[in-house]
Amino acid sequence: MTAVLRTNGLGKRYRRRWALSDCTLSIPEGRVTGLVGPNGAGKTTLLNLAVGMLKPTAGTVEVCGGPPAVAAAALARVGFVAQETPTYAGLTVAEHLRLGARLNPGWDDVVATSRIARLGLDPKQKAGRLSGGQRAQLALTLGLAKRPELLILDEPVSSLDPLARREFLQVLMEAVGEQELSVVLSSHVVSDLERVCDHLVVLVDSGVRVEGDVETLLDTHHRLTGLRRDSRSLPADQTVVSDRHTDRQSTFVVRTESPILDPAWSVSRLGLEDLVLTYMEQAAAPEAAQALEVVR
Amino acid sequence: MTWLAWRQLRFQALAAYVAVVAAAVVLAVTGKRIVALAEPAGAIFDRLTASDRTLFWSGLIVMAVLPALLGAFWGAPLVARELEHGTHRLVWVQSVTRMRWFGVKVGLTVLGAALAVSALTWAVTRWANPLDGATSATHGGFPSRLTPVSFAMRGIVPVSYAVFALALGITLGIVLRRSVPAMALTLLLYVAVQVAVPLWVRPHLAAPVDQSVTISRATLDGISSSGPGGPLTVSAHRADRGDWILSNRTVDASGRVAALPSWLSTCLPGPGAEAPPVSGQTRVPAPVNSLDSCFARLASEGYRQEIVYQPADRFWTLQWRESGLYLGLAAVVGGVGLWWLRERVS
Repeated sequence: MTAVLRTNGLGKRYRRRWALSDCTLSIPEGRVTGLVGPNGAGKTTLLNLAVGMLKPTAGTVEVCGGPPAVAAAALARVGFVAQETPTYAGLTVAEHLRLGARLNPGWDDVVATSRIARLGLDPKQKAGRLSGGQRAQLALTLGLAKRPELLILDEPVSSLDPLARREFLQVLMEAVGEQELSVVLSSHVVSDLERVCDHLVVLVDSGVRVEGDVETLLDTHHRLTGLRRDSRSLPADQTVVSDRHTDRQSTFVVRTESPILDPAWSVSRLGLEDLVLTYMEQAAAPEAAQALEVVR
Repeated sequence: MTWLAWRQLRFQALAAYVAVVAAAVVLAVTGKRIVALAEPAGAIFDRLTASDRTLFWSGLIVMAVLPALLGAFWGAPLVARELEHGTHRLVWVQSVTRMRWFGVKVGLTVLGAALAVSALTWAVTRWANPLDGATSATHGGFPSRLTPVSFAMRGIVPVSYAVFALALGITLGIVLRRSVPAMALTLLLYVAVQVAVPLWVRPHLAAPVDQSVTISRATLDGISSSGPGGPLTVSAHRADRGDWILSNRTVDASGRVAALPSWLSTCLPGPGAEAPPVSGQTRVPAPVNSLDSCFARLASEGYRQEIVYQPADRFWTLQWRESGLYLGLAAVVGGVGLWWLRERVS
């Protein structure tokens, strides 16, 4: 499996604070990868490092087989739609396309103009007068028409209303179908990613909590509910992701390749959102888990 | 990339060039009159009208202000506005490296500014040429082209000022990441440098000439007194030749800077002669037309006038050296901005 984005011990420090530290991950080629994590997990920092907007304080980052943004050719391979989808307020839609054409040797004008036409954007309209959703679409068009191997989107839909959000993701998915490209998009809203992603990385405190194909993740995680029992009594091939106990009842989320055979459990499948939240909580509350041990 | 840089600069460029062209037209039209005034050689300064004088001073003011405005309005927002609006995140991920983007933008802006300033300086210098070239004891009350006010608005230095102001504005914009504070600080620092250079740096760009003369009717420029009965000071030089006088001091026989002797005020005719006699002292009556004898007595007591100055013919030497100084400063300041942009900005 070739990695389209690979980091090793990657870290970024702002003065005293580490926005991202010791991050090692590898994102496969040809997938739509969702990068999820709570605010402040380092998602934006990671993506900015990946496109070369930032320089790492520690570690290395590689995109499409090389360091990012070192030369025009490296820049041409990666498209980026930044947070808040910035555009030049004073330039028209047509001028943005001209900007893209002038600044990118691999510019695909057919893709750009047909996409703008399909979106119903007026080429003579100034970008400053577009709605948030239209602006995001324009930024996406610039990213796609550049014909990158990898398109990175940083919280592209977070400032959009639900309708614009759905339209944006729809357009993105159509484009992924038409052009063969890998996509990495970050969000803290799992339901957005659920519709479009086939690969998932959960980033908490700059560490990768879990990573894998969405289908596989859903197939291998189970919620077990039954009479109260200790987590150590579970079979060795079931990794406990989280456990919750009341006086009588225990609820576990376990990860396992093999089927759950113990008839004492009532087994249910997790949704992607629950799965992600479970991993996020696990990171957020290690002290709480310890306290529980003591009470028992 | 050039297209984008031009697209972003064009309105400011248009405004600046319209202003420069308008100024050049006014100067070209009125300049003919000044040339005509100089035609019968002689007292050109006596023939100037009030509007000619206004034009002379306006020329100086416009030249003084233009580089500062370019630095503040072209330089400071150049990168700062992109950082403010987040558009650097759009343009830096196109297939153009950050350094090339910066290079093209800065190159076009500096070129545009240098052309505008060159054109205006040329027009102003040409307009004022008959006046700058004329020699006169008073120079019509105008500064000579070597003295601080005029020097900075003639020849080639304004172009280097503009380049420096731009470098300052661009770098401050990068460091502060905000257009308006960067503009304000650019103006402030630029003015500070413009004040500091003629005061402390320009006099030393070429070793000044030291001259020591005996005070005589031939060398005397004027005698002044700080208030009635106060100590007298004289200034001496051989008429106005457009030299830039850096210091003009009286020294005594031992070569130290000294006040003029108190007997001089009674010796000289004029305000000193009418001063009431000091009680307890016998007043020596001052004979009229005793100037020469007064000066002779000063000389015999060893008083001399020491003058430090830059001769008028060093105009171009000083112009080149000061331009070099400003361009060097611009390179240093711009280098800091470049480094900051590459290492510290995201």
